[in-house]
Amino acid sequence: MIDPAYSPQEARGIWVFLEQDAGVLAPVSLELLAKARALATESGAELTGLLVGGDLAALEATAAKLDLDRVVSVAHPLLTQFTAEAYAHAVDQVIRTQKPDIFLLGATAYGRDLAGRLAVMLRTGLTADCTDLALEAGTGLLLGEVSGFGGGVLATIRCEQHRPQMATVRPGVFPEPAAADRAAAKVERVNVDVPAAKCLVKVVARHRKTGVDISRAERLVVAGAGARGEMPNIEALAQALGAEIGATRVAVDEGWAERERQIGQTGVIARPKLALVWGASGASQFTCGIDQAEMVVAVNQDPEAAIFESADICIVDEVAPVVKALVAELQSHGGAE
Amino acid sequence: MTRELHTLVCLKVVPKSEEVGVDRETNTLDRANARSEINPPDMNALETALALKDRFGGRVSLMSMGPPFVIPTLRVGLAMGADHAYLLSDRAFGGADTLATSLTLARAIEKLGDVDLVLCGEESSDGATAQVPPGIATWMDIPQATYAMDVDFEPGQRHLVVTREVRDGEEVLDVPLPAVVSVKVSCNEPRFMDTGRFALLDNEELVTTWTADDLGVDREHLGLAGSPTSVAGLKEAAQASGRRRELVSGTPEEEGKILYERIIEFLRGAGTRGQEAPG
Repeated sequence: MIDPAYSPQEARGIWVFLEQDAGVLAPVSLELLAKARALATESGAELTGLLVGGDLAALEATAAKLDLDRVVSVAHPLLTQFTAEAYAHAVDQVIRTQKPDIFLLGATAYGRDLAGRLAVMLRTGLTADCTDLALEAGTGLLLGEVSGFGGGVLATIRCEQHRPQMATVRPGVFPEPAAADRAAAKVERVNVDVPAAKCLVKVVARHRKTGVDISRAERLVVAGAGARGEMPNIEALAQALGAEIGATRVAVDEGWAERERQIGQTGVIARPKLALVWGASGASQFTCGIDQAEMVVAVNQDPEAAIFESADICIVDEVAPVVKALVAELQSHGGAE
Repeated sequence: MTRELHTLVCLKVVPKSEEVGVDRETNTLDRANARSEINPPDMNALETALALKDRFGGRVSLMSMGPPFVIPTLRVGLAMGADHAYLLSDRAFGGADTLATSLTLARAIEKLGDVDLVLCGEESSDGATAQVPPGIATWMDIPQATYAMDVDFEPGQRHLVVTREVRDGEEVLDVPLPAVVSVKVSCNEPRFMDTGRFALLDNEELVTTWTADDLGVDREHLGLAGSPTSVAGLKEAAQASGRRRELVSGTPEEEGKILYERIIEFLRGAGTRGQEAPG
């Protein structure tokens, strides 16, 4: 066994990485906070939010109002833009000094980059891309639920001897918390040494999409492989319903919808009120992305399609005539408010 | 004349996702009926490597960790245009989590000594952790660029220009070599095998197998022994999702009308979640 950076006996508290980009917190960090607060309450642990960046004055004020006991703020000019090496060096120093028991990050590109480097620097275990978190009865160890084989298999992972117990959590699996009504958290500024020689990667350009984030959509109309040729009708339906368009991997690969609209394992975990799914086979790689919808309607001409296992209302029929009939109904009633 | 580029592609041979289940008696993975394939995004990494070789020359090596039965699958990569394959195969490597896996791969890459670029797929279809590429980079103390959509090389400066996908857009990174780059699935179209290379496939010298002793790593740091995380439980993802599964049928017009009514009723506040399916 590789020697851990510090022992379980020395470790204290739950930490959440407050991922930010250009001064805006990532939604997944807020989602993590509600879950982390529940775990902290259960174990009696202190909950700390970790901010990392260039100039953090404005974000410190924002973070202090979150449901946190403490904010640790790590500012350095070389941390203005995210790079995995610089962030990992900075956070490694803070973790070794403050010795958290649990360290949670969002499973975004930045969160996974940072977690992957940090876990090796700290010689600790990392449970990646969790779909749920819990504390083990008796031991209080962090249990991370992860899916493998395209979502078909669920495993629970724990890390017994090494600290911090690290986990990244998929965006969208926990709901965002309501605004906290509590005293402002104490902000503690920590200085770190970021060696320029360790910051070899330069960010040359950063393009931000102004496009949709369908993980936040209330209503989704989803195209699957069986919606071939039906995109104009799917789009008309989305418009009549005031819904966003989502798509399965196949539909995205076919070019019927943009990559950012892909739902499932390698796309977005959506939590809409209503999802209308057209011509999707219902592979678990896809359905894991709509499992949290309040109501799912599925239309597929194959009565054996797996999608019907994951739907509240099932219609065994061709996509084209049904989508047209539904659009006609909506239009004759003036939409669905 | 600058030194030619040596690219190493990490390939994982995985059971096809849709053919893996859980043995309900033992709560272990049931891969008995699953066929093997190269992890899909690793094929995109291999294509990236071969495209760089087409443009700038150099060599492409393959590396995989697994039992000897994966060798025929690795030969697919050789037939596509890779020059040599390294298989890391030892019982001591078994049961490794990302910490131990990335250590094993990093030490083997360092043993080669002249690798400029390590290319990986963004994540594996069986574990889907995406943590091995940053792990390799950290053990080797070199930079990383993950989720790459496009990889370009500036031979004169021995830098890469990597366009990668991030949360709400993309960024372009300047990455000096040596470095580890992981590529997005579907970022390119992997080429077919070159039939002209089939004659090479029986050449035993194209595949080198290394054991734990060849890597000189403390066995306590490898495999299950070197893995801080462990599996506490395993189950098949719930198939029954608690959905109502109400069948609506009729002519398309009737179905459209019923669907409209159900949707309006639901949106007006009559939720359906939690109700049990009849029967």
